[in-house]
Amino acid sequence: MLKKSLKQRQNPLSSSKHQLNVLANGIFKNGELPSFKTNLEKNNLFPLKPNPIEILQINLGYMCNQVCAHCHVDAGPDRKEIMTKKTMQHCLDAVKKSNIHTLDLTGGAPEMNPNFRWFVEEAHKIGVQDFIVRSNLTIIMANKKYHDLPEFFKNHNIHVISSMPHWTKGKTDKQRGDGVFNLSIEALKKLNKIGYGLKNSNLKLDLVYNPSGAFLPTNQNSLELDFKKALYDDFGIEFHNLFAITNLPISRFLDYLLASENYEDYMYALVEAFNPKAVENVMCKNTISVGWDGHLYDCDFNQMLNLKLKGPAAHIKDFDEVLLKERSIQISQHCYGCTAGAGSSCQGSVV
Amino acid sequence: MSKTYYDPADLKKFGKITEWNEELGTKFFDYYGKVFEDGALSAREKSLIALAVAHVVKCPYCIDAYTKDGLERGITKEEMMEAVHAGAAIESGATLVHVVQMMKKYDKLSM
Repeated sequence: MLKKSLKQRQNPLSSSKHQLNVLANGIFKNGELPSFKTNLEKNNLFPLKPNPIEILQINLGYMCNQVCAHCHVDAGPDRKEIMTKKTMQHCLDAVKKSNIHTLDLTGGAPEMNPNFRWFVEEAHKIGVQDFIVRSNLTIIMANKKYHDLPEFFKNHNIHVISSMPHWTKGKTDKQRGDGVFNLSIEALKKLNKIGYGLKNSNLKLDLVYNPSGAFLPTNQNSLELDFKKALYDDFGIEFHNLFAITNLPISRFLDYLLASENYEDYMYALVEAFNPKAVENVMCKNTISVGWDGHLYDCDFNQMLNLKLKGPAAHIKDFDEVLLKERSIQISQHCYGCTAGAGSSCQGSVV
Repeated sequence: MSKTYYDPADLKKFGKITEWNEELGTKFFDYYGKVFEDGALSAREKSLIALAVAHVVKCPYCIDAYTKDGLERGITKEEMMEAVHAGAAIESGATLVHVVQMMKKYDKLSM
């Protein structure tokens, strides 16, 4: 089980530059596989242009109580990058002056940011349509000070989205760490108890499924049925939707792919499954990702690769949705992860 | 580099068999695709059947393909192992049922 981030272990893959090199060379350099750009060009989709911004996804920091084997953020207890209150205020200002209707808080464990509750309260006052917190569930059980999070979420009409790689303990703990499954089940029961995830309830509770290995997710609907049946039969747990998300070949998952000699086969699978229809709905089209330091990115994955958004207004303090609409989206081979098969986004399949 | 009859990379080239006979190759892949769709049996159930048969016919490509397919579908290793045992039981049953023939022949030839 992992205890430390790639950064703490001084693994070369903690460098975004090194990751981009891996993705640009090898099978993509020698022409064995077409680059993402080539595939977009072939389908008249290059350069990739955004639609109006609807979602602001804010990374409140890389600190997390878990060290998941597949984490694209390389998050963990040893990561100290945390968004300041000042940058949070810039985010609030951006939401106020734009047509953004969805706020999506992520991390790390966003709840570990010392100003998390202040930020949620302030953002709640603005009144966005959909206010998401990506909670890893175990944080609710991690410490007494987090035990009341379910009530806090409820009071602010938060839409909770949580990760659950499988409905069995073995597979979940292998990906997310020993004991994570049991704690996640306890947290889900707490959320259910106050109304989250129940049929006809307005308190939205969705789960995210990431494959626990070098394979792609299958049909989201059939996975959802399997998850719902197993979690209800075994634990009496209910939830609303399951989002199937493809693991992108970056950070810890890239490290795993390379170390297990699955990298080339995985990239083949992604490229073979390239679906131009999925490109039309990838999340970078209507989402802006805000880094912990306020820099803007086309998506959370580009943030981790330090592929900063190109053009003016590239920091949240200068947010300007009209200028941002003019940009071209930054791409590399990792983008194949969002365009494979039914596509993948933070809201699951896109086709 | 050692040469073997089976190369895992060949599985990716399976589609190329249409190049030498497009009509039959295309018909086969259409049929193959249709077979594994949801029907009276779910695609999930069919994946487990395919995995069991893959072992019985000892096709390394099919074993790779349907182990991966099972993982993608969230099929557990316990389910996969039971499916393969079902295949193995039929295969060993097919061997052992011939024992009746051996016994009859033995008895017929013996005083």
